Amino acid sequence: MIADEVATLTPSDETEACAVVAEARGAGETLDIAGGGSRAGLGRPPEGARRLSSARLNGIVFHEPAEMVLRAKAGTPLAVVVAALEAHGQMLPFEPIDHRALYGGGGEPTIGGLVAANASGPRRVSAGAARDSVIGLRLVNGRGEAIMTGGRVMKNVAGLDLVKLNCGALGVLGFLTEATFKLLPKPQSEATIVIRRLDDARAVAAMTAALGSPFGVSGAAMLSPGMGREFSRTFLRVEGAAASVDYRADKLLALLAEFGAERVLKGDDSGRLWRALRDAEFLAEPRERAVWRVGVKPSRAVDFLARLGPRALAHLFDCGGGLVWLSTAPTPADAAAMRATLSPFGGHATLVRAPDALRAAVEVFQPLPPALVALTRRVKAAFDPDGLFNRGRMYAGI
Amino acid sequence: MAQIAFPPPDPTILKRRDQILAGLAAILPANGLIADLAGRRAFETDALTAYRRLPLAVVLPRSVDEVARIMRFCRDAGVNIVPRGAGTSLSGGAIPQEDAIVLGLSKMNRILEINLADRYARVEAGVTNLAISEAAAADGFFYAPDPSSQLACTIGGNVGMNSGGAHCLKYGVTVNNLLGVRLVTLDGDILDLGGAEPDAAGLDWLGLVCGSEGQLGIVVEATVKLIRAAEGARPVLFGFDSCADASRCVAAIIGAGIVPVAMEYMDRPAIAICEDFAHAGYPLDVEAMLIVEVEGSEAEMAAELAGIAAIARAHGVRVMRESMSAMESAQIWKGRKSAFGATGRVADYICMDGTVPTGRLPEALQRVGEICAAYGLRVANVFHAGDGNMHPLILYDVNDPAQQQKAEEAGMEILKMSVALGGSLTGEHGVGIEKRDLMSCQYSAADLAQQKRVRAAFDPAARLNPAKVFPLEGRGA
Repeated sequence: MIADEVATLTPSDETEACAVVAEARGAGETLDIAGGGSRAGLGRPPEGARRLSSARLNGIVFHEPAEMVLRAKAGTPLAVVVAALEAHGQMLPFEPIDHRALYGGGGEPTIGGLVAANASGPRRVSAGAARDSVIGLRLVNGRGEAIMTGGRVMKNVAGLDLVKLNCGALGVLGFLTEATFKLLPKPQSEATIVIRRLDDARAVAAMTAALGSPFGVSGAAMLSPGMGREFSRTFLRVEGAAASVDYRADKLLALLAEFGAERVLKGDDSGRLWRALRDAEFLAEPRERAVWRVGVKPSRAVDFLARLGPRALAHLFDCGGGLVWLSTAPTPADAAAMRATLSPFGGHATLVRAPDALRAAVEVFQPLPPALVALTRRVKAAFDPDGLFNRGRMYAGI
Repeated sequence: MAQIAFPPPDPTILKRRDQILAGLAAILPANGLIADLAGRRAFETDALTAYRRLPLAVVLPRSVDEVARIMRFCRDAGVNIVPRGAGTSLSGGAIPQEDAIVLGLSKMNRILEINLADRYARVEAGVTNLAISEAAAADGFFYAPDPSSQLACTIGGNVGMNSGGAHCLKYGVTVNNLLGVRLVTLDGDILDLGGAEPDAAGLDWLGLVCGSEGQLGIVVEATVKLIRAAEGARPVLFGFDSCADASRCVAAIIGAGIVPVAMEYMDRPAIAICEDFAHAGYPLDVEAMLIVEVEGSEAEMAAELAGIAAIARAHGVRVMRESMSAMESAQIWKGRKSAFGATGRVADYICMDGTVPTGRLPEALQRVGEICAAYGLRVANVFHAGDGNMHPLILYDVNDPAQQQKAEEAGMEILKMSVALGGSLTGEHGVGIEKRDLMSCQYSAADLAQQKRVRAAFDPAARLNPAKVFPLEGRGA
C-alpha cells in the first residue's frame, strides 16, 4: 500500500494532466496511477514518489443508445456507467470482475481502472474480454502529451491499435483520461443449468460439450468442493429473449442429461450466482491465501491441476476450464511450484492476490522470454521514456 | 495532386541487386526465389490495381526458419521487405517498391491443428480464410470473420489488416477471433504472442500486431477461434423505395437492441450489378435493399425476424423476401460477396472503406451521392450497414488519367467526411498506400508520432512495409 504521506495529484482535466506529467518529468519524479482504489492489490506493489489520481476526471461524455456506444472519463465510477446503461436496457458486454470481494478492501471501481486491468468476467466465452469492447482511449503519455487512439465506431483499422495495448497494461504506458465502449442490449432473460457432483474431468467434459453446442452458452464455470461445499457444481448459462432462453436451456438439459443435468436457475438467482463466480468470491476466504488466475487449454486443465496436487487448496473453473482460479499458501515455494508445474502445459498464470512482500519477491505476471522483455522495455520507452508511470507495477524494473 | 506518391528507390540498393539476390539464394531453394522480370511482374500490384511497382525480388519461404533467416539478412543488408499474403488488399497494402523484396507467405499454407475440444485452429499464415472454416465445417464449426475475398485472402493478410466481413456484426472482426500469432521480427526472433489459452495477462501484443499492416514483423502462424454454428441461419431481403428509409431502418434496428448476425446494404446500382452477375433474385425495382441474416432455431429466427420486419414496415419497406432454401441463401450471399468482382466487369472502380456512427448513415449516404455527382462520377454503394462501415464503389475509366484523378479526389472527400462525422478512414481494408496521406485528418501529430514510436520499437529503420500507413514526409492532408 502507498504510505499516506505520498502526495496525490488530482488534475481536473486532460490539459491539467498533461501539465502535471510534464512537471513530474522535469522533476524526475515517478508517479503511481490511482483510480478508485478497488484494484490496488493487482500487480506488483507500487514504488512511485507521488500518486496521480483520476478522481476528478469524472463523468459520462456521451451515451448514444441507438448506436450502442458510450464514452466516459477515466475516473467515472463504474456504477454510474452501469446505471446509465441499465436505464436504456444496455450493458458493458464483458461483465467486468469486481475485485473488492478478493481484496476485501473498499474503493470504487472506475472506468479507467477496469480498462487498465482488462477486467472481464464469465461472458468472455461469448462476448470477449474488456479489450474486445473498448473501441477508443485517450491517455497522457510520459512526455506529457495527450494521445487519442481508436475512436467511437465499432470498425476502425486506421493506424496502429494502441487501444488494446493499453487495455490491461496496468497504467505502465500512460495515464488514461477517457474510454469509449461498444455496448450490447441487456439480455431479457437468463437461465443456468446446474450439474452437481461432477469430478474435474467430467465437469470439463460437460462444459466442452455445452460450449461446442449450437446453443449460445454465455457462461461455463465449475466450483470445486470445499469451503463448506460438500460437492462440486457445474454451471452453464444461456441469455437472450425469454422464449429463446427457455428453448436453449431445454436443449442443453437434454444434451447434458448423461452428466446428470437437472436443475435450472432463473432470473435473479442466476444473476447472483454469476456475479459471485465473476468476482471469484468463493476463493476470497481465508484472506491469507494467495489467489492465482491461470489460463490453460480447457483440455489440459485437469492434468494441470492434478500435477499441482495438494498445493491447490480450492479452485474454480471459468471459460469452460480455460481459466482456472485457484488458491495456494502465500509462499515463494508455492509460487515457484505453480510456475514450474504450469510450464510444460503452456498457458499463463497471474498472481492476483498475495501479500505485498510476496508480490514484490516473485513474478506476478507470466515471466516473459528475453526477446519480449526487450520489446516490453522498448514499447514502455516509446510511451514513457523516463519511466514515470507505475514503475515496477507489471515487471520489476520496467 | 491526388496521385499517390512513392518514395524514390534507394540507388545503392538497386546497385547491389546481384549481391542481394546471391544472399537470398543462399537461404532459399531455387524455387523459393523469383528474380526474373516475368516472375516479378506477378507481384507488382495487389487489388489496388491502378498502382504497380516492380519489386527487387520475390521470396517464397516454406518455413519459419527461412523467414527468420531472410529477416536477419535484410536487416543486415539494409533491404526493405513488403509482406504479402494473397495480394487481395484494396488499399495497396501489398504493393511493392523497386528497392524492396516481396516476402510472400503463399507456400506456408498448412493447417497445423484443428482442436474442436478447445475450439481453435492453428494454421500457417498462407492458409486462406475460407479453408479454415471448410476444415471445421464437417463438425459444425466455423471461423467467423468472412471478408468478401475469403476464397482467396489469407489469414496472414487478415491479421495484417484486422479484416472484417459481413458476419462481424455479431461475431466481431479478426482481432476478436484471433487467439495467438507466431511473429518473426526483423531480428529473426520468433515470438509466440497470445495463444489458445484465454486472456493472457501482460501487455496485449496480439492486439497490437493485429491490424499493424505488416510493419511490426512477419506473421507466420495464427491460432484462431472456432465457433459452433447456430442451428440454422437465414438471410432475408428488404427492399425500400428510398435510400434514406433503408439507412434509417438500419439505425432503428440497432437502436431497438436487435443485433442480427449480418446487416448489409446495397443501393440500386449495386443491386443491378450483383444481380446480373449472381442471379440471386434481388429485387431490381427498389432504390435500396438490406440483407439481414438471423440465426438460431426456426422459432428463434421467426421471433427475431418478426421484430425486424415490424421496424422495416415502420420505415416503408416494400419488398420482403425470406430465403426458402440453403441454395437460395448461398445465392443471396454469393451476390453480395461478389460485389467488387461484379463491379469490375462493368467499370474500373476504387472502393472506399470509411466508417461512420450508424446514426449518421442517412446523412453520410446522401453526402456520398452529392460528392460523386459533383465530380460527374457514378457510384454504387454496397456495405456493412450494421456497423456503419461504408463501401462506396466509385466507378471510373482507368485509361483516362483525368477521370482517375477525379475518382481519387472524390474518394478522399468521402473519407474526410467519414472522419468529420465521427468515424474512421478505414473500417476493415487498412490504410496501405491509399489512405496514408489522410491519416493526419483522423489523428493529431502527437497521436501519429506515438504510433510511429511503437512501430520503431519493433523496426527502428522502418524496413517492414515502408511508405505505408503513415503520411510520407510533407504529404499530410
